Amino acid sequence: MAIETEPGTIQVPGGGGPGPGHGERSWWMRPGVHTALIGAVLGYLLGHWLGNLIASGYQQVGTADANDTAIVLGYVFMVLGWLAGLGVFNDVLRQMAGRPLPDWERAPSTSIGRYFRYTLDHKVVGLQYLVGMIIYFCTAGLFAMAIRTELLSPVHHVFSSSVYIEIVGEHGTMMMMLMTSVILGPFGNYLVPLMIGSKQVAYPRLEALSFWLTPLAFLILLSAIPLGGFHMGWTGYPTLSVQDTAGADAYAFAFGLMGISMILAGFNILITVICYRAPGMRWSRLPMFVWGLLGTSVMMTLAAPILVGGMYMLLTDRTVQTAFFTSQLGGSTYLYQDVFWFFGHPEVYILALPGFGIVCELLPVFCRKPLFGYKVAAAGMVGVTLLSFFVWQHHLFNSGINPDMRPLFMLTTELISIPTGFIFLVAMGTLWKAKIRFTVPMLFCLAFFFNFLIGGVTGVFVSDVPADTTEHGSFFVMAHFHYTIMGGLIFAFMAGCYYWLPKMIGIKLDQRLGKIHFWLMFLGFNSTFLPLFAVGLAGQPRRVFEYARNLQTLNDWVSISSFVLGASILVFVINFVWSTVVVREREVENPWESRGLEWRVSSPPPAHNFEQVPVVLSGPYEYGVKDGPPVADLNPPVGVLTEAFARTETARAEA
Amino acid sequence: MAAESQAQVAGQGGPSHGRRILLIWLILAIAGDLLIWFALGPHLPPGNMTTTATEEQGAIKLMSVLSAPVLVLVLTYFVYAMIVWRRRDGDDEDGPPIHGSTRVQAAWIVGTTVIVLALAVFGTVSLWTSHGAGAGEGPAPIWNPPGAVSTASAQQTPWAPGKVLQVQVVAQQWRFTFRYPGLGGFETTELMLPEGQWVQFNVTSIDVIHSFWAYQLGVKADANPGVNNVAYTKPTQTGLITVRCAELCGLWHGAMFDYGKVVTLAQFQAWARASKTELASVTSLLPPYATTYDSTAIKQLGPVLQKLGLTGAGGGYYPPQDPAQP
Repeated sequence: MAIETEPGTIQVPGGGGPGPGHGERSWWMRPGVHTALIGAVLGYLLGHWLGNLIASGYQQVGTADANDTAIVLGYVFMVLGWLAGLGVFNDVLRQMAGRPLPDWERAPSTSIGRYFRYTLDHKVVGLQYLVGMIIYFCTAGLFAMAIRTELLSPVHHVFSSSVYIEIVGEHGTMMMMLMTSVILGPFGNYLVPLMIGSKQVAYPRLEALSFWLTPLAFLILLSAIPLGGFHMGWTGYPTLSVQDTAGADAYAFAFGLMGISMILAGFNILITVICYRAPGMRWSRLPMFVWGLLGTSVMMTLAAPILVGGMYMLLTDRTVQTAFFTSQLGGSTYLYQDVFWFFGHPEVYILALPGFGIVCELLPVFCRKPLFGYKVAAAGMVGVTLLSFFVWQHHLFNSGINPDMRPLFMLTTELISIPTGFIFLVAMGTLWKAKIRFTVPMLFCLAFFFNFLIGGVTGVFVSDVPADTTEHGSFFVMAHFHYTIMGGLIFAFMAGCYYWLPKMIGIKLDQRLGKIHFWLMFLGFNSTFLPLFAVGLAGQPRRVFEYARNLQTLNDWVSISSFVLGASILVFVINFVWSTVVVREREVENPWESRGLEWRVSSPPPAHNFEQVPVVLSGPYEYGVKDGPPVADLNPPVGVLTEAFARTETARAEA
Repeated sequence: MAAESQAQVAGQGGPSHGRRILLIWLILAIAGDLLIWFALGPHLPPGNMTTTATEEQGAIKLMSVLSAPVLVLVLTYFVYAMIVWRRRDGDDEDGPPIHGSTRVQAAWIVGTTVIVLALAVFGTVSLWTSHGAGAGEGPAPIWNPPGAVSTASAQQTPWAPGKVLQVQVVAQQWRFTFRYPGLGGFETTELMLPEGQWVQFNVTSIDVIHSFWAYQLGVKADANPGVNNVAYTKPTQTGLITVRCAELCGLWHGAMFDYGKVVTLAQFQAWARASKTELASVTSLLPPYATTYDSTAIKQLGPVLQKLGLTGAGGGYYPPQDPAQP
């Protein structure tokens, strides 16, 4: 990644003063991934031993194949050991003891080692997230290929039924839990401070912690496989999940852990956007990408705690025999379904809003026009954020919930298509009489609208209870949410990669390979998921490994297309590695001629982002406005802010 | 509505572009809607074998007809824009600085709101008129068909044509069985329904979550242990039924399916009489009819399953060498 030399200034967001960085210890003496791994292994062993000590006398442990308490306690101590090994607690403990941080801990490192450490630089965390997310996405994508391989034939089996369900669960869970941060993690953490004119984020420690929980969540989720897998899909409905083998512990723990990561990541962005905007960065000048992430972080902060609670209840049901979800003992399986979807529905908008943000951000740049209806776009994002908390029971239309709730949830679900429609209005208005530049990021943006249109329209189909009776739980629903998440979020993520990577690492990505990637991905994606609407309407339920013989042709077509889709991601990875590691051609400072504030500083940006806090003078989308002011004054005259403050204070005192 | 907002977009920046887009859109939208309504519509799933299936087919048809113009409008606009408003070689100028248009925005918001509210009203009305649209309504349904009797008294009241036929669907890993409380309380492995009679499905499970999806009937209701989930339908044609499980329920979820038939009333009554005698030995082992069962309290569960031929998933459907044979 970025191995550019940076100025030797101290980067200690949240405290500490400048000073020379010297006396850095060699890498193996400093906390990093290697010490974290040691800590994790030791922690797991300690926790497992403790769990055996406590629970080996439990009646259910004697009859089960594994001691769930020992496994869960193992994971708990593994997390603590991992964080201790990373040095997460070092600062905190030192400050509690009143001792200053050693210089070598505070100095910004320019070595490649900083990417393997717990660091307080939001730009390093952003790149850590980027690489992490690509790894998680590719792993989960490989599981998807395995699913499609099995579905090549309605009767002949590549995998046993047990392995197949494990693969389905791993694919679904990994995508749904880790991809929540696919845009907020890399681009949000890296770019939000740059876009709002801040030198730092609000909570650099929480931000770094939010990233370092993701590799652990990923590994714990994968550890379900040696534990026997989990056989209840990504939704983990009890009573199946309460009865399942020890792999379900890994599922619940990893999902809960990722919930904590979401809370931390969302909270940091939320407070950064509210409190760290540069002078002049009014709400009416906030870039649309930041609006999108603001909505996302509100949903993450408010919805993810419900998930953590739900997963905690599931774990206690499985270990210490509480009965939250066992109806014979006074619990209710509906409690879990409600709790899960109360998180789960905001979650699918967590997976949509960052995409809205990226396309609204990029369209004006490549249309060379101001964004059409800025307020409508912002209102759309706020509207989606608020409404997303009031639709969750549409996942339970057939489940036997109180039937008179259904018209209400049908209404709220259909209402949410109004703010979503705003994004299309904004796009169509922006395209009007534009001068469209068909760059690779713009191609992904336009594809986003094509895919999300289909995803959105089919969403209205499933929101209608009579139609949903046929569509619920079938491949129709599956195709619908792949159109919104894969076709929306991931296409927007790719647009973001091609657009912002030159900013983040100062290196050009190959545009020809990018176009090959785009066309393979666009055609492969649509060829994979469009036929699945028909497959679902023809009666094929989700998560089956056997289906009606007359659907084999369609399923085979889909499977082969999905391999093309997989190949397109491979092209992306090859392009990424080839351009950033092998060729390393410097990108010009502002290749897209963007007005965005993040493009006003060098690529990659200096350690402190800005020499001084900039004063924002106009909105980011004023393309074609003759003699308009520049977007910001990067070197505002000395004292201008103090004066302005004084004026406001005087005015306030007079009033 | 969409047309109106489109016309307003047109009015905003020179009439020719807008009029052209409008014309292309009108032609494509009308052609698409006619095709959907007349050519595709009658073949849309889930068919029209029952009242609820007809209702669902109607809903899917109506929404296809409504969404096609929206799809066509956005696609036409995007394709038109990409062709007409692309950057020409050597043109590095910016576009016109249009920040928005109150008229267009207001028209769009009003238009989409009207469509959405109309859809919500349509959905609610059709949910009401079709008595729950075939979806599981839980233990206390509010949209009962005429002649419904209370679930608890079903065992005591023998069924007669004209009344609502109670069918209990018992889901377990990985089979469905069907119990007919009004016909002597026997339990079968094949779903049999009379034509022209209202049917009340009482769906429950004795182990984990399942979902009873009778595709051609247009019925889907989750089966949860300890919960009675009621769904209504009325078959209007005879024919075959496919039943699949629509909620992941463990290893052999993919193989949890069953078949059934809708037959004429006379055939159904003959079948019911024959089954009552034929299955008498199994019926004597069954626990008394209840809306839900606790599997740990059913003493004769093993013999019942054996007598009904339910040992092994799908009755020995899988090759014996498969290690995961349940």
